[in-house]
Amino acid sequence: MRIVVPIKQVPETSNVKMDPETGTMIRTGVEAIVNPLDLYAIEAALRLREQVGGQVTTLSMGPASASKALREAVAMGCDDGILLSDKKFAGSDTWATAYALAQAIKKIGAVELIICGERATDGDTGQVGPGIAAFLDLPVATYVSRIYDVSADSLRVKRLVEGGAEILWTPLPAVLAVVKEIAYPRLPTLRGKQRAKRSELAVWRPADIEAKIEWLGLEGSPTRVVKIDKPQVARRVELIRAKDPADVDRAATRFVEFLRERQLIVSRD
Amino acid sequence: MEWSDIWTLAEQKNGKLHAVSFELLTRGRALADARGCRLCSVVLGDNIPQAEFDELIARGADRVYMVQHPALVHFLVQPYAQALQYLVETYHPEVLIASATTTGRTVMPYLSIKVHAGLTADCTGLEIDPETGDLLQTRPAIGGNIMATIKTPTARPQMATVRPKSSPPAPRDPTRSGEIVPVEVPEELLATQMRYDEFVPDESQGIAIEDAEVIVAGGRGLKKAENFVLIQELAKVLGGSVGASRAAVDRGWQPYPRQIGLSGKTVAPELYIACGISGAIQHLAGMQTAKNIIAINSDPDAQIFQVADLGIVGDVFDILPAVIEKLYA
Repeated sequence: MRIVVPIKQVPETSNVKMDPETGTMIRTGVEAIVNPLDLYAIEAALRLREQVGGQVTTLSMGPASASKALREAVAMGCDDGILLSDKKFAGSDTWATAYALAQAIKKIGAVELIICGERATDGDTGQVGPGIAAFLDLPVATYVSRIYDVSADSLRVKRLVEGGAEILWTPLPAVLAVVKEIAYPRLPTLRGKQRAKRSELAVWRPADIEAKIEWLGLEGSPTRVVKIDKPQVARRVELIRAKDPADVDRAATRFVEFLRERQLIVSRD
Repeated sequence: MEWSDIWTLAEQKNGKLHAVSFELLTRGRALADARGCRLCSVVLGDNIPQAEFDELIARGADRVYMVQHPALVHFLVQPYAQALQYLVETYHPEVLIASATTTGRTVMPYLSIKVHAGLTADCTGLEIDPETGDLLQTRPAIGGNIMATIKTPTARPQMATVRPKSSPPAPRDPTRSGEIVPVEVPEELLATQMRYDEFVPDESQGIAIEDAEVIVAGGRGLKKAENFVLIQELAKVLGGSVGASRAAVDRGWQPYPRQIGLSGKTVAPELYIACGISGAIQHLAGMQTAKNIIAINSDPDAQIFQVADLGIVGDVFDILPAVIEKLYA
């Protein structure tokens, strides 16, 4: 099975510390990593390959330094990597990103399955997966927690939705966006790392993917960021310190009192 | 081309409207009033009773576009997106908003490509720019560290998904009037190769965490899976659901559907109790709109206290049993 996994390089933000003075992110030492949620997509693709055979190609759009993310995917076991990199791609919103990735997938040709992560942890939109499907006119299932009944031309998925899950059947080619429950991502092996170091990554420019220049990058993006603010925290905490047993009792009493005050529990008297 | 009216995408399941449909009307009403235009809701489905359409009008819609067809009985992205594309290209709404549910977050990006429009995900604020009349869409970004305001200067419709529970449902006024417009979408647009086989309700979770009014959540400070018994106990006595931070889910102490934060669920319950959760920004982004927040953590500098109403600096293994005992007393 020919599988493509689009991935994104993102800043490591899960343990971000905020500067209490300025309310801005402390960027020192913030590393560029593979979007953590994309690792689940890579794992799902590798498991499918182990099951039915085939080839897993990872695809990314970004500056030249994003090749590090592709090499990490290769180190995990992906067969090859393609980087879309050019000034013309810069400033893309999800519309223009989905367009460029879809054009690249067309160029790869004969792709049977595209597996994306749920969303990137920086932009946090989850829009690119369904966007790629729209450009390619393919069926798409999002929030996929299980892939099964895989044959050469169809598969079933379990899709997590509010209050439960849907079971969907789809012919291939198709696009899936997977969630964490799909499988725990493997670590790169030493051999994988060596292979990744040696592997030649393809770098494609707009002409290579026959893209309309006016649909790329900032120019091709319908949305514009007009303002950045820091989030407001409008609460004042009532802080109680509970060290010894008497404190604990006082704190627990206050806890219950708080629930009564805010009418979160019904008072018995 | 003339683009006018504010549209909301109503959501239904088994012919019954979901509450997010009414939350969107609260947002939509404010936008339509600011813009001086009509507020319209779109309902896609099959065999939906008349009363549901009347409900949308009672809660603020001036017009309801109704598409009923067996192909729309369950959500599948292609027929839904194609039906919406047909409606957008026929009626030209200026703004189209949907809830950032699994449905909205799937159909809206697909549609935005097809109609070549801009889309902003998971907005927490929407307003009309008084100068240009454009829709200003505000959302958290970079792990909740910043709030970004986005607009779509030229493409129409301006599309956004709105975080569920970020606004109250629009109130009901049975005296309101409006019109219901049935729309026939060409049959070929409702085709898809994908098939909906069945729905499997998740009974293990009890109330879905995103619908719970009370959430008691545990984090790394719980130290091991077995200690979630304390969290479950408190949740039980308060009639709430159990949540967890990413740290606890990554360690396998709780399943992923209970994870709260940017890479899990966004919740806005009446009461959120964070136990042994330090409050990484990505967790805060998933729960800080809860109405009341209580935090228990041994570290007085834990970020969770910045969003809490009541903070207890102490050991969860001391505090929780004491609280549970008092609640049972």
